[in-house]
Amino acid sequence: MADAVLPATRPPVWSRVGARVRSLDARYLQIGFLGSFLLFGALVRDFALRPEQVVLTFAAALATQRIGAQLTGLPSHSLLSAVVTSLGLSILVRADSLWVHPLVATLAIGAKFAIRWNGKHLYNPANLGAMIALLLLPGAWISPGQWGSDMLLALWVATFGITVSSSARRFDIAWAFLAIYVGLLVLRIVYLGARWAVLENQLSSGALILFTFFMITDPMTTPNHRLMRFLYAAIVAVGAFVWTYVFFDTNGLIWALFLATPLVPLLDRLMPAAKFQWRPQSPYPTAPSGRADSR
Amino acid sequence: MLRHVMVAAAIAVAPMMSVVPDAAAFCGFYVGKADTSLFNEASQVILARDGRRTTLSMMNDYKGALTDFALVVPVPVVLRRDQVKVIEKKTFDRLDAYSAPRLAEYFDRDPCEPEVMMSATPGGATRGRRVSDGLGVKVEDSFSVGEYDIVLLSAKESDGLEAWLVQNGYRIPQGAAPALRPYILQGMKFFVAKVNLAAQAKSGAQFLRPLQFTYESEKFMLPMRLGMINASGPQDLIVYVLSREGRVESTNYRTVKLPANMTLPTYLRDGKQFTDFYKTMFDQQARRENYKAVFTEYFWDMSWCDPCAADPLSREELVAAGVSWLPEGSGVPPTQGRRPPPPTGASPVMLTRLHVRYTRDSFPEDLAFQETKDRQNFQARYVLQHPWRGSPDKCKAAADYLKSVRDRQDREAKALANLTGWDVNDIRRRQSRAPMVTPR
Repeated sequence: MADAVLPATRPPVWSRVGARVRSLDARYLQIGFLGSFLLFGALVRDFALRPEQVVLTFAAALATQRIGAQLTGLPSHSLLSAVVTSLGLSILVRADSLWVHPLVATLAIGAKFAIRWNGKHLYNPANLGAMIALLLLPGAWISPGQWGSDMLLALWVATFGITVSSSARRFDIAWAFLAIYVGLLVLRIVYLGARWAVLENQLSSGALILFTFFMITDPMTTPNHRLMRFLYAAIVAVGAFVWTYVFFDTNGLIWALFLATPLVPLLDRLMPAAKFQWRPQSPYPTAPSGRADSR
Repeated sequence: MLRHVMVAAAIAVAPMMSVVPDAAAFCGFYVGKADTSLFNEASQVILARDGRRTTLSMMNDYKGALTDFALVVPVPVVLRRDQVKVIEKKTFDRLDAYSAPRLAEYFDRDPCEPEVMMSATPGGATRGRRVSDGLGVKVEDSFSVGEYDIVLLSAKESDGLEAWLVQNGYRIPQGAAPALRPYILQGMKFFVAKVNLAAQAKSGAQFLRPLQFTYESEKFMLPMRLGMINASGPQDLIVYVLSREGRVESTNYRTVKLPANMTLPTYLRDGKQFTDFYKTMFDQQARRENYKAVFTEYFWDMSWCDPCAADPLSREELVAAGVSWLPEGSGVPPTQGRRPPPPTGASPVMLTRLHVRYTRDSFPEDLAFQETKDRQNFQARYVLQHPWRGSPDKCKAAADYLKSVRDRQDREAKALANLTGWDVNDIRRRQSRAPMVTPR
């Protein structure tokens, strides 16, 4: 493989780098992104979050992933996914005690092994964890307003999010969801004759962007067929809009995804397609691919 | 070395807000002659929320001619006349005093003597439904409450509503129709009040008393956009939220706790100095957030406080403020100073005090709220730690102590400079001139 031997057939440097980046597990990028978002929130935005809560979330999630994999015989290399879930829960869930976070993390990851259908887990663990905190636990809540409305920050986040989703090959559902949801917001503004600044305030929410690029895009818990993913995105977008602007309730995005999740097996049956795999086939030798990974 | 004597001092809203320029009315607009200046200073609102039941009380500090006064507030449902009341201003004053930012004062003990605890002292008419032809405005009801004549309207379109208000003698600020439109399209009704001059003269009150109304709705929000029509500069709004479960925060704007609980130079003990400090500090924080944040000034279970800036509210006072969920015979007996936490299960009333400084552009949407399950107490409390004044020669510990005091005072000066943007050298000069205060 020396340069002198095959100069004509060797692909250019940028293409090789690109291929290597694409062959990386997308979750590394997700972790990098979510980690910096958490750090930003804790340092600049003063998220009401204690460092011990973050540590306990990680410890509980990783331990549950390990034990769950051992008990069920499912592949145990999904520690990466547990890290992604831990970051998501740390960013979303707020509590006035130390026990809430590890309990939520344990239940959310535990559900990956307990609630399964057709070789996939059903619920996105961060979404399920947030719902458990919201509905079942005392002293736990979600602060949808915690991000503030900083357009620049939102753009920054979105750009990174796009990178991550595109390499996770679930770019499509993020855009489908965003187009429908934002379309509904725009229609509402036009109908009410409200100012466009209202839309700006709604769009620059970190919560919306986090949901779009890191929760609904989870390839393990969305339909396998592209058309069905679009349908699913539409159901979640309409549900979230109705929840928020017709019923005037909070956390519409998280509720809508949670309530729509049981439709995934149905949509998968309507239009079957191959299941997603985290590590794409690469022209270069990488870790053994094709394993049924789960997040 | 802490807590030899503790003094609580609090600032009330009224003097604090007197610097706010050109603030217009909240939750609706005052209507009047175009050339009359119709400004109030800080709007205060009490929101008592339990499930879907909401009681909203609004205090007007309207300064113009009473004949010009009118208040238009969007409400989610048509109110029945028994849902509208006039309450006394003192309910607001009590909540304000109880939850105001406070100073807690402590005295260092004599480093040469063993510690002794001392006690704490406190510082501080009926007509039927009518439809107005062609305007799409329906008078759902009209009646009088106290010094107010109330009309409840539903409307089909904003131009019609604007025209109706004009025809009926209410003078509308320019730009009212576009601001009314979103409320009409969301199915909201309008609560319109003006002063009944005869009733007002009979009551002999010097000011307009607060209006209060109760309704059932999913909407946990404050219609603040109408108040911005004739706003020029930043406006202040204080919201006292009484709830059952926990702290209340905004869902569509960031809610932040004010910097608090730091030890500051003891010269702030002078009441005016503390008020100046708080005003400057709040101003700094609000500007730093581009007037886009909601600040939490206080959150506490109402059955206890530490230090208490004022006596806790009695059961009657809480009911007057709109609390409907207190069991018979509960409530808190009045005491002063510091009140220990009650046994669990005591009167479940949580008070969140939110302070918003907003501009026309910084709050494009009405303020929406949620009740969280957070029960961690918070107060805008600032600590003064008075040093022991004695000779370094009194004992060996005294010399070490006096050195630590100098370091501490330097930290206090820097903290104050950081919070207010004041010159640190100026603070140090004042510190050195601060009079000696002895424990009472």
